[in-house]
Amino acid sequence: MARSKLRPAGFDDLGLQRALSDRLLPFLVAAMAFLAALGLAGAFAAAGLAHHWQQGAEAALTIQVPDPGADSAAPGLSRLERVLALLRADPVVTDARPLTPGELDALLRPWLGTDAGRLALPLPAVIAVHLADPAAPLASLSSTLGAAAPGTLVESHGVWVRRLAALARSLQACAAVALLVVAAVAVAVVAVATHAGIAARREAIEIVHGLGAADGYIAARFAGRATRLAAIGAAAGALAALPVLLTLAGLAAPFGGLAAPETEPSVLAPAGLPILLWLALPLLPLIAAAIGYLTAQVTVRSWLRRLP
Amino acid sequence: MIRFEHVGLSYPAPGRQPPASVLRDLSFAVPEGAFRWLLGPSGAGKTSLLRLMYLAARPTEGSLTLLGTEIARAGRRQLPGLRRRIGVVFQDFRLLPHLSAFDNVALPLRIGGRPEGQIRADVAEMLRWVGLAGKLESPPETLSGGEQQRVAIARAVITRPRLLLADEPTGNLDEAQAERLMRLLHELVRLGTTVVVATHNEALVARHAAPALRLDHGRLVTHG
Ligand SMILES: Nc1ncnc2c1ncn2[C@@H]1O[C@H](COP(=O)(O)OP(=O)(O)OP(=O)(O)O)[C@@H](O)[C@H]1O
Ligand SMILES: [Mg+2]
Repeated sequence: MARSKLRPAGFDDLGLQRALSDRLLPFLVAAMAFLAALGLAGAFAAAGLAHHWQQGAEAALTIQVPDPGADSAAPGLSRLERVLALLRADPVVTDARPLTPGELDALLRPWLGTDAGRLALPLPAVIAVHLADPAAPLASLSSTLGAAAPGTLVESHGVWVRRLAALARSLQACAAVALLVVAAVAVAVVAVATHAGIAARREAIEIVHGLGAADGYIAARFAGRATRLAAIGAAAGALAALPVLLTLAGLAAPFGGLAAPETEPSVLAPAGLPILLWLALPLLPLIAAAIGYLTAQVTVRSWLRRLP
Repeated sequence: MIRFEHVGLSYPAPGRQPPASVLRDLSFAVPEGAFRWLLGPSGAGKTSLLRLMYLAARPTEGSLTLLGTEIARAGRRQLPGLRRRIGVVFQDFRLLPHLSAFDNVALPLRIGGRPEGQIRADVAEMLRWVGLAGKLESPPETLSGGEQQRVAIARAVITRPRLLLADEPTGNLDEAQAERLMRLLHELVRLGTTVVVATHNEALVARHAAPALRLDHGRLVTHG
């Protein structure tokens, strides 16, 4: 008599467990997910850098005052004090602070070594200035300061920041293009695997079609299988990318890590990876599943149109 | 029930040759709940005529009405529903090789969305009726030709179709099994199913007198 085994709802009547191999498709999708994880990390890192530069430095100036201790035209004030007084009187300046000798040393150390302070070099004073309005015109400020203390240099960070931000944005665009290409290749991989499955089960498909199965019934069989395999592959790929990303974050830590620079591992960047990346990685299997489902549906349905 | 009006069927020929005309100018009707033999020499077009009736091909000429639907005007989306009301015993069985006898017979019920709990008993009963109670889990390749044919018969009738089309269904059966099949077909006719059976088995036709559609070279030579 019959074995009383109950078949699951998604009964494999087309024999797809063998026709849609559980080797090649998940492996290829895993590779795609791995690349996508790296691309996402690149995109988030570039976004973090762009944001940081924009935020921190757009409204900043550096002012160098050579020979700071000498007397200025104003009685009783050194050149540095004169420049500082002018800066603090300017309504657009929110903060003006001379760097301490220690800070100057730190700035110069990469260029002059640890003994910069003891070199007999006449070092200018450096004033870090923050502006209320990053777009404020600097020409008049520059000439006022130059008149008060000749030789004073006003350097706006804005130009550099804009260049760096443009660089970061083009890195982001590259990452986005790479992600799109990866998604397109994933679509192609699923379509090719589905076509191979159709070819392997052509007769079974024709029989099931002849027994009155609607296109949706047959497409759902393929889509279910492709969805599973793509999701499994993408999960494996994302997991495989994780140690690589953590290693990269470790290598990049001295430069601020893959998260925004100077961000310690924190709530916003656990283990040195941006929080958005942590949220995006688990989405990869979901996106791969959606790609698998939609691609298999479209591929099978368009193939079935050749049957009456 | 079944109405053919000047129906023609051509298969596309390979290359640039003109399409091969296989059926020409067929006009006949089979009333609901009737039995018809479909006779004619090999190559006369019997399988082709049945293919039109089980919607594996659409007429290239004329008009065909099945189960109240004009096939030429039906949308492609309407056909699966019609096919589910038609049972077919194919000349070459067409069992799915990777499924057991049980799953092959259960397939039309699953396609029709029958709940799994309601499938078991019916399929087991049907297979017992065709003498395969001990072979429920056997894959087709382990069955004899006659056993495969009986699985194909069980699959065709499991859904209690409105129209049953059988293409040489006794080709691999012995005389006793053929008689058993005829009893099943008569029972279906009694319940209102329209049955068309294509066969070369003249002895069987002689024992079971019934109106016949006789084909030769793609034309109808006798009707009724
Ligand atoms: N798919 C096809 N493409 C082209 N020609 C076909 C096709 N199927 C059948 N034919 C041709 O149509 C004609 C009728 O074939 P069909 O299978 O309908 O005959 P039959 O009456 O069923 O024969 P048999 O008794 O041998 O089964 C034959 O000449 C055959 O070669
Ligand atoms: Mg035939």
